[in-house]
Amino acid sequence: MPMLDVKNIHKSFETTEVLKGISFSMEKEETKVIIGTSGTGKSTLLRCLNQLDPPDEGEVWLDGEELTNPSIDINRIRQKIGFVFQDFNLFNHLTALRNVSIGLEKVKQLNKEKARERAMDELKRVGLEKQINQYPAQLSGGQKQRVGIARALAMDPDIILFDEPTSALDPELIGDVLDVMKSLYGKVAMLIVTHEMGFARNVADEIIFMEGGVIVEKGPPKQMFQSPTKQRTKEFLGRIATLYGAE
Amino acid sequence: MATSMFFEFLLDSLPKLLDGLQVTFLLTIVAILAGFLIGVTLALGRIYGNKIISGICIGFIEVIRGTPLLVQLFIIYFGLASIGLVFSPIQAALFGLSLNSSAYQAEYLRGSIQAIPSGQMVAARTLGMTKIQSIGTIVLPQALRISIPAWSNELIYLFKYTSIAYLIQVRELTAEGQIIASRNFRYVEIYLIIALIYLIFTFIISEIVDRAEKRFHVPGLGVPKRASWLRNT
Ligand SMILES: Nc1ncnc2c1ncn2[C@@H]1O[C@H](COP(=O)(O)OP(=O)(O)OP(=O)(O)O)[C@@H](O)[C@H]1O
Ligand SMILES: [Mg+2]
Repeated sequence: MPMLDVKNIHKSFETTEVLKGISFSMEKEETKVIIGTSGTGKSTLLRCLNQLDPPDEGEVWLDGEELTNPSIDINRIRQKIGFVFQDFNLFNHLTALRNVSIGLEKVKQLNKEKARERAMDELKRVGLEKQINQYPAQLSGGQKQRVGIARALAMDPDIILFDEPTSALDPELIGDVLDVMKSLYGKVAMLIVTHEMGFARNVADEIIFMEGGVIVEKGPPKQMFQSPTKQRTKEFLGRIATLYGAE
Repeated sequence: MATSMFFEFLLDSLPKLLDGLQVTFLLTIVAILAGFLIGVTLALGRIYGNKIISGICIGFIEVIRGTPLLVQLFIIYFGLASIGLVFSPIQAALFGLSLNSSAYQAEYLRGSIQAIPSGQMVAARTLGMTKIQSIGTIVLPQALRISIPAWSNELIYLFKYTSIAYLIQVRELTAEGQIIASRNFRYVEIYLIIALIYLIFTFIISEIVDRAEKRFHVPGLGVPKRASWLRNT
């Protein structure tokens, strides 16, 4: 049984159907990258997984529990699904340290001291031991995003969902964030929406290409980049190579 | 001479005026605090409540903001007495000022809550916080901080407008002045003294609140200075 099982997800906003039957699964500690054009429903899919936007149809299973079952305690489940946002969404009134420890205190019910220690460890892990007492407004974009990753990691999630984690960053800051993500490879499952093709090629176990609300093609990076079977995949990869520079 | 006579008069009136000032302080402090508690409840009810709760909160806020404070005090003091609900002047004033202030505080806070980016709530829910936890630990602490300037205006407003309570026989600062003046007809002097007392304490209150604002300041949490939606003071 896979750790995460997504079965035939449909989602509409008013009259437009954004997701038209998405299915895939992930094993423990696997890393998958989702690519696709803008407006194709990648963010919507991530939000359907942790039930921020519950799907209209289909099922999401994590560790043998059905998240789409309305009677499940979704707050308990969300602890197991980290989320890293494009625009960081750090808590503006809290220091980096408190950003990471607050979930441990309020959700995991750790005492202040334990939560603090754990938060310190996570911030060290992402290379921010010097910034623990800084507020979000005093951090660079790359630092903010690393706090965001530490905040997700601290909850001991089974999987972390990344929604374009480097898209809001200046080019010279992207590397730091990608390095942190690389260092998590094999330690926690990651489902990453990104346009960083170099990263996708080097790190992903599988690449999922989405277009028009469906998965057009998926496969290991080598196959996807060298011999995609679908014409649309070829076109998209060709376009992205000219946009972001081929490697 | 004129000045020494003035100071003699000042010294004679001062004990009574200070009694009145105490009542003014009592009205201000109770109204700002009770108004705060009710105001937070109203703002949260208006934003997060279901249709019925939200509707009740909106109705209350709009009725209070759409009617003069003096009329509200008259209704509580005279109107309710006529149906058997008798309040002493001070009770009626405490009650009326608290309700009045709560509606304004609710609206300031609502503005602040709505200024918090929606991603803050989303991030909190993503960690597994309940909606109530997210509001209490993430949204409100930020909203209250950016409400401080509006809140400080409200405090100063209240401090001055407690004087309206004199019209329902509360012996606060203005009422005490009125009583003294009606005995010796020295209206100009007594009202100048009273104006000065209000001015001094208004200044002190602003200073205290400014310090509180600095004390709770967090880098990057925008503190809009004197926004245009504040009620005129
Ligand atoms: N809350 C919403 N209400 C209405 N429409 C929405 C909502 N969220 C998303 N959509 C629509 O759904 C479609 C898919 O949006 P989504 O954000 O999932 O795309 P995306 O693949 O993440 O795109 P991008 O690469 O630009 O982030 C878009 O057309 C968008 O306008
Ligand atoms: Mg998106």
